[in-house]
Amino acid sequence: MKDSFEPFVTADGRTIGGVLMEMRNITLRFGGVEAIRDISFDIRDGEIRAIIGPNGAGKSSMLNVISGFYHPQEGEVWYRGERRAPMRPFEVARLGIARTFQNIALFEGMSVLDNIMTGRLTLMQTGIWHQALWWGRAQAEEVAHRAQVEKIIDFLEIQHIRKTPVGSLPYGLKKRVELARALAAEPKLLLLDEPMAGMNVEEKEDMSRFILDVNDEFGTTIVLIEHDMGVVMDLSDRVVVMDYGRKIGDGTPDEVRANPEVIDAYLGVAHD
Amino acid sequence: MPEQLLFAMEVTLNGLMAGVLYALVALGFVLIFKASGVFNYAQGVLALFAALTLVGLQQGQIPFAHLINAVFGTELHAFGWQLPSLVAIVLTAVVMIGLAILIERLVLRHLVNQEPIILFMATIGLAYFLEGFGDVMWGADVKTLDVGLPQGISETIDEVTFNWFGYGFFIDRLDIFATVIAALLVISLTLFSQFSKQGRALRAVADDHQAALSVGISLRFIWVLVWSIAGFVALVAGIMWGAKMGVQFSLSLIALKALPVLMLGGFTSIPGAIVGGLIIGVGEKLFEFSIGPLVGGATENWFAYVLALVFLVFRPQGLFGERIIERV
Amino acid sequence: MIYREAGDFKTTYVADSQTFPIRFDRWGYFALLAVAVGVVPFVINDYWANAIFVPFLIYAIAALGLNILTGYAGQLSLGTGGFMAVGAYATYKLMTAFPEVSIFIHILLAGGVTALVGVLFGLPSLRIKGFYLAVATLAAQFFLVWLFNKVPWFYNYSASGQISAPERTIFGIPVTGANTSAWAQYFVCLAFVLLLAWVARNLTRGAIGRQWMAIRDMDIAAEIIGVNPLRAKLTAFAVSSFFIGVAGALFFAVYLGAAEVGEAFGIQKSFLVLFMVIIGGLGSVFGSFAGAAFLVLLPVFLKNLLVGGLGWPTDLAAHIELMIVGALIVIFLIAEPHGLARLWRVAKQKLRLWPFPH
Repeated sequence: MKDSFEPFVTADGRTIGGVLMEMRNITLRFGGVEAIRDISFDIRDGEIRAIIGPNGAGKSSMLNVISGFYHPQEGEVWYRGERRAPMRPFEVARLGIARTFQNIALFEGMSVLDNIMTGRLTLMQTGIWHQALWWGRAQAEEVAHRAQVEKIIDFLEIQHIRKTPVGSLPYGLKKRVELARALAAEPKLLLLDEPMAGMNVEEKEDMSRFILDVNDEFGTTIVLIEHDMGVVMDLSDRVVVMDYGRKIGDGTPDEVRANPEVIDAYLGVAHD
Repeated sequence: MPEQLLFAMEVTLNGLMAGVLYALVALGFVLIFKASGVFNYAQGVLALFAALTLVGLQQGQIPFAHLINAVFGTELHAFGWQLPSLVAIVLTAVVMIGLAILIERLVLRHLVNQEPIILFMATIGLAYFLEGFGDVMWGADVKTLDVGLPQGISETIDEVTFNWFGYGFFIDRLDIFATVIAALLVISLTLFSQFSKQGRALRAVADDHQAALSVGISLRFIWVLVWSIAGFVALVAGIMWGAKMGVQFSLSLIALKALPVLMLGGFTSIPGAIVGGLIIGVGEKLFEFSIGPLVGGATENWFAYVLALVFLVFRPQGLFGERIIERV
Repeated sequence: MIYREAGDFKTTYVADSQTFPIRFDRWGYFALLAVAVGVVPFVINDYWANAIFVPFLIYAIAALGLNILTGYAGQLSLGTGGFMAVGAYATYKLMTAFPEVSIFIHILLAGGVTALVGVLFGLPSLRIKGFYLAVATLAAQFFLVWLFNKVPWFYNYSASGQISAPERTIFGIPVTGANTSAWAQYFVCLAFVLLLAWVARNLTRGAIGRQWMAIRDMDIAAEIIGVNPLRAKLTAFAVSSFFIGVAGALFFAVYLGAAEVGEAFGIQKSFLVLFMVIIGGLGSVFGSFAGAAFLVLLPVFLKNLLVGGLGWPTDLAAHIELMIVGALIVIFLIAEPHGLARLWRVAKQKLRLWPFPH
């Protein structure tokens, strides 16, 4: 992995560009508890970046800082070369950042199709007066977005459940629908919070394939939190390791695996 | 002292008393909410029903007389006997416990895992049902409630304050009595909740139904217990309010007034219900006293709600409520 | 066998998202429409209009409005009565101030005024949620009723404090005032229902409808994926209040003719419409109609049965009605929280397979 920030092509043919997002000296506190302590790292355009660490290390909090749900007391977030002012989460979404959630956050009262269509909201333009009249602009826009959503449905192989109410789906399919909803926004940066949690080996293989395909076909930058070490090592280009709110490792999977601090904190005593 | 100021003090004192009565109804809400997460809209109607039953038992009314007369063409009204107040009160308390058991069995049990808004709407339905039921059972005419509580302006206070300030305060004896009773109830309920085994179980249930079940707490028993206590509190509130203004439908509207009390105090706090009640009681009376005449009066219809609304905008969880931290 | 979708495939997204995808439903709907427009006005009499059809149509509009706010957007409101009052009083002021302008315009404007008031009282929804919001709407309810009672400008300084609708005509036919015939009352309300139901359907199946449902289901996640909660909630309040204002305007001008704010638009009205929405089905356009029909027909049915049939006194019948409505609310919430709309959908599901059991 090159040290400079020039774009380059990886061994398997993907292009990784310059720095897309940078976290600079982020500190996040809840009352007296410091969830994140002075953490800095960067995310490069087109790469797959993993954030790992023991439970309670602050990984989800970091993702929440990136999505604008938590506002760090200290530090800055830089996006596409500019300092990102503190903004509401929906404004962050409009910048092209989408995410999935650790405990599924789908809209249980709607069907799969409607859930994924909500992902298109940042791309929809028609005003409410046109929507009230339906015929004309509103309908045309609905159809156009539906066409795009159907492509994602094909991509994730969930055609058979598109009209099913989300609440009645099994866990693995719910995770896929959540991914579809995030993809529907055509994001520049995709945040995945434990996408493999609770899955069996087959489901993990499917999900890994999807994640790689998303990165490959759409060039989406991906940040993922994951506990399964095998997945992390196979999928990611670079890894950030957190423990008790601090960063204790940052580099390629191989570099991180060999880091003694990481081993101590997380991987346990190495045995062969 | 200037007369206006003294008058204002008198209004304030009356407001405090009214506040205590509001707090009494609010207490019932807090208990049920703490234990079952249900906001029991029917609490006011429970107070009305308790008062109706008390009067009905006391005066030997035949329950469902109106209905029986309509179906069978009879002309029944009363058994002809009268029960002493204490007996009637005890019997009514038993009825309220029975009602609590029925409510748990027929309604609550089936709504265990539903969202709070569904539970709230179910209690609205329950309130309507109980109201109609109370009317059918005991008749909808206005009744006077007399259980021998002290009534009328307290002459002692009138004299004493006249000697101190040159202006006699008119404070109703009933209000004083109600304050004392309410204070006793609050203290005992707070002690119960904090220190007894059942109280602890109650708090566990309020936190997490599933977890409480898994440590062996019987949800059903706790719910029956809580609704019985709430029923008893409703009975006391019903007696106080009923003695004050007669037993009639508007008693159930007190429940609506308890809502702003809870907003201010926080839904889960017993002391909050008290403080909220006092603030609303005093605030209402003072506002009507000072600004009321300028805008045509009757501001007590809406002042409490607007006050609560304004307060909530700045502190969404109320004075003593738990701060809701949203996590994703 | 008759009611099926076999062979009825959709080849365009437009066709897939239509309101009545099953051919049988579509024909049934058009038939119903034909009867409503072409048959009923000719056979309707005063009793049927006043007891059933006109209140049904008006409450259907109010229920649609409340359903948008509470059923789709998840914001519980107990202020429906007060907002209906705003619509009524706005119409009254407009009617008396600009007698030459058509009442149709006045009613739409009154809806607009109510929408603005709705947005005002909806502002707290950004900080307050759930029950707490219900209390805020109660503040609106009690304050508005008090306002229309106390400030004489609203009832043009009349001694009785009542407002009464002067006669107005559309195309020369009186629709308000004492000379209005039953079919004219019915037709005016029907026209508004058709227009507003169409708008409601369009909004709820489009982008804004999904934003509302997202806020209802999980407002934090909704915001993170890009929904502006301020915009979405205030829009819900605005649209909902528009509908409810129009309903209030029609209730006063066409149905009652004269109104006193405490009786006509008090808190019991708020609960009545809320019950319609619960029994009919939260989050369903059809449910709004079903609930309105149910709660308009029930008292009529009970009165005819108990008072007319069994000879019971009217007050007893009224108490029994309270019991039945209350019990039904509880039963529906336990057995079918999605109301009549879901029951209807389940029945149709079974019909699709009929005569096969599954």
